[in-house]
Amino acid sequence: MTGLRSDRVWAGLRAAICVLVAIYMIAPMIVVVVISFSAAAFLHFPPPGLSLQWYRRLFATPEWTSALLTSVEVTLPTGLLATVLGSAAAVGLARATFPGAALIGALLMAPMVVPVIIVAAAVYTLFQSWDLNGTLLGLILAHTLLTLPYVMANVRSAMETVDRQLENAALTLGATPWRSFWRITFRLILPGILSGLLFALVVSFDELVVSLFISTPEVRPVTVQMWSDVRGAVDPTISAIATVLFSVSLLLLLADSVFRRRRGSDAAGGLVP
Amino acid sequence: MSAGILELRRLCKSYGAVQAVTDVSLTMAGGEFLTLLGPSGSGKTTTLTMIAGLAQPSSGGILLDGQPLDPLPPYRRDIGVVFQNYALFPHMTVARNVAFPLEMRHAPRAEIGRRVGRALEQVGLAAFGGRYPRQLSGGQQQRVALARAMVFEPRILLMDEPLGALDRKLREQMQVEIMRLHRELRVSIVYVTHDQEEALMMSDRIAVFNRGRIEQLGEPHALYDQPATAFVAGFLGESNFFRARLLETLGGECRLNGSDLHLRARAGADLPGSSGSAVVAVRPERMRLLAPGAAPSENTVQGTLTDVIYLGRSNKYIVRLATGQEVTAVEQAVAGRQTPSLGAAVQLAWQASDAIALADTPS
Repeated sequence: MTGLRSDRVWAGLRAAICVLVAIYMIAPMIVVVVISFSAAAFLHFPPPGLSLQWYRRLFATPEWTSALLTSVEVTLPTGLLATVLGSAAAVGLARATFPGAALIGALLMAPMVVPVIIVAAAVYTLFQSWDLNGTLLGLILAHTLLTLPYVMANVRSAMETVDRQLENAALTLGATPWRSFWRITFRLILPGILSGLLFALVVSFDELVVSLFISTPEVRPVTVQMWSDVRGAVDPTISAIATVLFSVSLLLLLADSVFRRRRGSDAAGGLVP
Repeated sequence: MSAGILELRRLCKSYGAVQAVTDVSLTMAGGEFLTLLGPSGSGKTTTLTMIAGLAQPSSGGILLDGQPLDPLPPYRRDIGVVFQNYALFPHMTVARNVAFPLEMRHAPRAEIGRRVGRALEQVGLAAFGGRYPRQLSGGQQQRVALARAMVFEPRILLMDEPLGALDRKLREQMQVEIMRLHRELRVSIVYVTHDQEEALMMSDRIAVFNRGRIEQLGEPHALYDQPATAFVAGFLGESNFFRARLLETLGGECRLNGSDLHLRARAGADLPGSSGSAVVAVRPERMRLLAPGAAPSENTVQGTLTDVIYLGRSNKYIVRLATGQEVTAVEQAVAGRQTPSLGAAVQLAWQASDAIALADTPS
């Protein structure tokens, strides 16, 4: 009986801790979101009234709209490039038998562990001699470098769950290695690839440090615009753009969890058509 | 379905310093059920993998219907393979799995549907085409794997321990089913197993593998009655072994002497010359349990009964000899017959024609 009661106490405690941590993590975000709908002309919480004026201001200010556009122009190609390159590398390395494969894998993962500021300085110096600083292409290449490890990690773990015998079976059934890959392996790692793509999009869209180094006032993603904005006069426009960014990330992560949910229920069984 | 004729010529495979398969040669008749039998690591699966084209032989050749297979990649060989863990594609329905080899061959749609339906019918899964592999039991998955490997009418069917993951009852059921399919479809099958009972029951011929080599190739009863080596005598069924010195060989029969042993036995195939050391193998069911005899005579051993194991139709007796060796005898259970009590002195006797003398090789 005491065991049962202590179980219940523990369960309650666990739930309470989870709620507290969630509040701790989300509360600042909620404050920002609420302020973005403020009717006041300054950052004040709770706001005296509600309005959409800061969103109107946001989308009417060319600096913000062009920054948002730049972010989209960087993020989408980055996501695509990082996904294609990262997936190819992950598949190749998972099946690799050549010497140095482990080293190449470690090097490709490096941007995830090397301090961002060092990557930023290195990229800046390199791009200086290539004339890539302040260009869309430069931002895309730098972001691809940063997001590649996320794709690779996702696809590699997906590859590990694919039984090699399946590819062998496909070969004996008459599929060339190429068709065997597309019809079997690719289909099975597709959720991992999509998950990697979403991570790459989130990381690229939110990236600040490297962008700060290599962007110019002409080509400036939204995170850099925010950075320079908060250093000047602060009004609730910044919380409006923060809310926009927050929503984009949230949507991408939600999409990812939907993918995972689908995959999970697939594995668990049930009468799926 | 065609009944391909497979020929292996001095096949060798080494991984670095490890010799996995050495000098394996055999010729299969069309429509034959040939089993590669051996303990794990004996080279049987490696041999199968080379026939399928998933591994390249280090030397030697493989011919199918007289044509060398070596230049062909696995997807051009037209060989069906049933893998140990079925290797069904988890993201495809049963019907799509079975249709896969036909799609790879660009068969017309209507024909694919017809042949998939027939193949699923043959394995008793006509109603399961829309299911996913994970929604099936192990036995059903096995049948799907079988249907998928047969549906494109391969020249030959390879099966790698296909029943290893099934429980005993299901395994016996599937054994019968595979034999039925073999009979009906007249397909040549190379079957790999480590289960000697399965091999004896299903095969036209068995190749016994040990340490990468074929120890003996023959029909089940020939292997059982005429083992060519001590390894075969021990691996296929049970055998009692007696170490002895060869005295003389005369007209297929030989006399041997061991410690307190006078033996007369058939001369085995690998017996070296007419002297030297040998082992004599005797099947437990060929031994008779007698009351202790007066003087030690030919083909008898004296000992103490240490165990009687009741097996229903038969009794199994364990007799410990003076040398410490334990000998097993199996006798039909006869109603009302008194068995000697444990610890009693007993004698085991057998006929010279039931014993076979073989070379004493380490195995």
